[in-house]
Amino acid sequence: MILDGKAPTGQVDTSWDRYREDMKLVNPSNKRKYKIIVVGSGLAGGAGAASLGELGYNVDCFCYQDSPRRAHSIGAQGGINAAKNYPSDGDSIYRLFYDTVKGGDFRSREADVWRLAQVSNNIIDQCVAQGVPFARDYAGYLDNRSFGGAQVSRTFYARGQTGQQLLLGAYSALSRQIKNKTVTMHPRTEMLDLVVVDGVAKGITVRNLMTGEIESHWADAVVLATGGYVNVFYLSTNAMGSSVTAIWKAVKKGAYMANPCYTQIHPTCIPVHGEHQSKLTLMSESLRNDGRIWVPKKAEDCDKHPSEVPEEGRDYYLERKYPSYGNLAPRDISSRSAKEACDDNRGVGPGKRGVYLDFEAAINRVGKKTIEDRYGNLFDMYEKITDENGYERPMRIYPAPHYNMGGLWVDYECQSNIPGLFVLGEANFSVHGANRLGASALMQGLADGYFVIPYTIAPYLASIKNPGEIKEDHAEFKKSVEDVEAQTNKLLSINGKKTVSELHKELGNIMWENVGMARSKESLTNALKLIPELRDEFWNNVKVTGEGKELNQQLENAGRVADFLEFAEMMAEDALNREESCGGHFRVEHQTDEGEAMRDDENFSYVAAWEFKGVGKKPELHKEPLKFERVHLAVRSYK
Amino acid sequence: MDLTLHVWRQKGPQDKGKLETYQAKDVSPDMSFLEMLDEVNDGLIKSGKDPIAFDHDCREGICGMCSQVINGRPHGKQEKTTVCQLHMRQYNDGDEIFIEPWRAKAFPVQKDLIVDRSALDVIMQAGGYVSCHTGGVDDANAMLIPKPIADYAMDAAECIGCGACIAACPNSSAMLFTGAKVAQLAALPQGKPEAKKRVKAMTEALLEEGFGNCTNHYECEAACPKGISVKFIAKLNREYLKSLLPSSTGV
Repeated sequence: MILDGKAPTGQVDTSWDRYREDMKLVNPSNKRKYKIIVVGSGLAGGAGAASLGELGYNVDCFCYQDSPRRAHSIGAQGGINAAKNYPSDGDSIYRLFYDTVKGGDFRSREADVWRLAQVSNNIIDQCVAQGVPFARDYAGYLDNRSFGGAQVSRTFYARGQTGQQLLLGAYSALSRQIKNKTVTMHPRTEMLDLVVVDGVAKGITVRNLMTGEIESHWADAVVLATGGYVNVFYLSTNAMGSSVTAIWKAVKKGAYMANPCYTQIHPTCIPVHGEHQSKLTLMSESLRNDGRIWVPKKAEDCDKHPSEVPEEGRDYYLERKYPSYGNLAPRDISSRSAKEACDDNRGVGPGKRGVYLDFEAAINRVGKKTIEDRYGNLFDMYEKITDENGYERPMRIYPAPHYNMGGLWVDYECQSNIPGLFVLGEANFSVHGANRLGASALMQGLADGYFVIPYTIAPYLASIKNPGEIKEDHAEFKKSVEDVEAQTNKLLSINGKKTVSELHKELGNIMWENVGMARSKESLTNALKLIPELRDEFWNNVKVTGEGKELNQQLENAGRVADFLEFAEMMAEDALNREESCGGHFRVEHQTDEGEAMRDDENFSYVAAWEFKGVGKKPELHKEPLKFERVHLAVRSYK
Repeated sequence: MDLTLHVWRQKGPQDKGKLETYQAKDVSPDMSFLEMLDEVNDGLIKSGKDPIAFDHDCREGICGMCSQVINGRPHGKQEKTTVCQLHMRQYNDGDEIFIEPWRAKAFPVQKDLIVDRSALDVIMQAGGYVSCHTGGVDDANAMLIPKPIADYAMDAAECIGCGACIAACPNSSAMLFTGAKVAQLAALPQGKPEAKKRVKAMTEALLEEGFGNCTNHYECEAACPKGISVKFIAKLNREYLKSLLPSSTGV
């Protein structure tokens, strides 16, 4: 089937304005007749729930953490992009749009990206009005820095905790609505199913994580803003509770999963230290503003103390290969280059999977104090984890799974192919194409939450004749509760020999080795053989203690890993289908003589949207062709 | 290294609870404290026992979910560090470690090391925000905020809402937590119009939720993983006093 993204036709620059002029509205006194469920309370979900509540809708917001303030948007460090052009260095909405399309390797929908770039400026205004303490200069003006894949300084930041400050801004707006009783918050509650009645999303089934009770919640529209799925690799920079579960349950109810193979491996993370590691820690990309990345030119120098490797013995490989962007080359390219250096036996540190991020030149140039002001908390964090002082010897970094550009398929209105199901932020696929630029995730989350969904949900709601017609007593809700309870009982009854985390680790190894930074037909075929085997083992040999009707963290994890084990197969299928290299998806069969990614626009300039056909069955591929009218398809070069 | 752990086990909110002893063997100094507990838990699960329940999520020291009192100190002995960022190289072979939940009237224990901290959300809902609408606000550079003010606000805004300040305080006072938010918003021009209303409402909520008062022990600052200064408690008191002064407009 050919999918239609329903983006407004005509001039892209005015598409969002024209959409808003033409859209149907819900009048203020009718808004209170509608109930909207928002799952997730991060930048997209928190901002969306607050804004929808403020408009007058009845909103129920759910998160698995004990407070909405803890959603993993909080982990974002570096910053948020906007086309303000405050530094007058040549930025504009067009340039942010172009950089994002190009950064995504021409695999995103133009109109969606234009809208993102257009509302980026509103986001900064909104956050400042909320009291977000962005960095400023002594005259009181907002400060900017640069991030990968851009030649302008358009990134706003709050020390190394930008995500935290933006999330606390959204959380404050949400708190205000909770106080005003327009939003009902359900913390420590996990969505375990989507309820679809006659093909339309009408509610969700959740588990109260404190009591274990399975509950139904109805709504006129369901908004998923449940973040990312790269914990499919086990080790990632995501929070421990981040999972594919909410969106996977939607897929199993008929929602299409778009481009699941587009995953981002972030270049600057702290390398893996041992077998017992539970997660990886990111060091903000902003460090690349001042840090220089290098490895020794000769393998025999790798065991030496970095200060003993003379200048001429160092290979500043990003500066060498991409002189115009240097250490600020985009993430996919930087990560792959680090892998190549380590594959060439020139990695450093224990296990030899690491490269240096060196601040010596920057400290000599601007002084240690300035570097400390800019990144102090990151240096502290690095020292706590590695026991090494980043001011005195170069940091060691290595790429790690960080973000997914893929996600549920949505049209221009952020609505999935299931009417009434909307998807925001990282959970949808819409704007980052095959690779996301730094500081653009925060931008997308808040754009979707504050400035997109409050508009685009209205036409759908206006089309509902009898709001609240279908409630929890409908048979589909009861069936959904039974299904969830059946899965819970099954997980508790297996009583096998392996723990959930052991099996999750095994899945992570399969994915990292075969569906990681470099993929081949052979590795993907291997993954497609190994994943179902491991899934079988999981369902016969997992050990989950305790009971269903109580606080049971093992049971929570077991459910998430069970979903990863199904989703992983679809991810590998997508990677196998995409016979080209683009952005974060690198197929070794498709590269230039210099080892750069080689796209195939003739055959793969489309969004791959997969329809679930049953566990262990090959999903069906639907395509949304991508049209480029405002930009010209070009080979993505950062040289 | 090998360690002996004494861990608070409590089945549910109504259960009395007690310390149980476990051995943690072959602990690597590079592991985080939570990874050490993960290993202990895997061992418990395999022997058919209920693993230790504890809150955690981001494991990078920012979400504020982890909450354990280790040898009497919230988040353990390393300064300005959350439990998830505490690494085992801080301990020695043979050490005995006592692990307990946050203890405060307003934080009832739910299971083992997990407590209910929703009282903190209630304080924020009382007024921890600027009442701006989505959209329709001024350009971000229309209001100039000098760097020292922005920095002061940021120092306060770094609070991760973990509740260690309350767990450390002999009075279970939430004044550092509340003071940090009040100070952040009172310092900024955007927060001034509602400053009086905010400090009153948040202070009332704090007392209603069962938190105590500040008697200047400063344990909160010592326990805070972000090093939030007690000067923000002084600011809270000052803002509160200002709110009591009569004014013709009430603002």
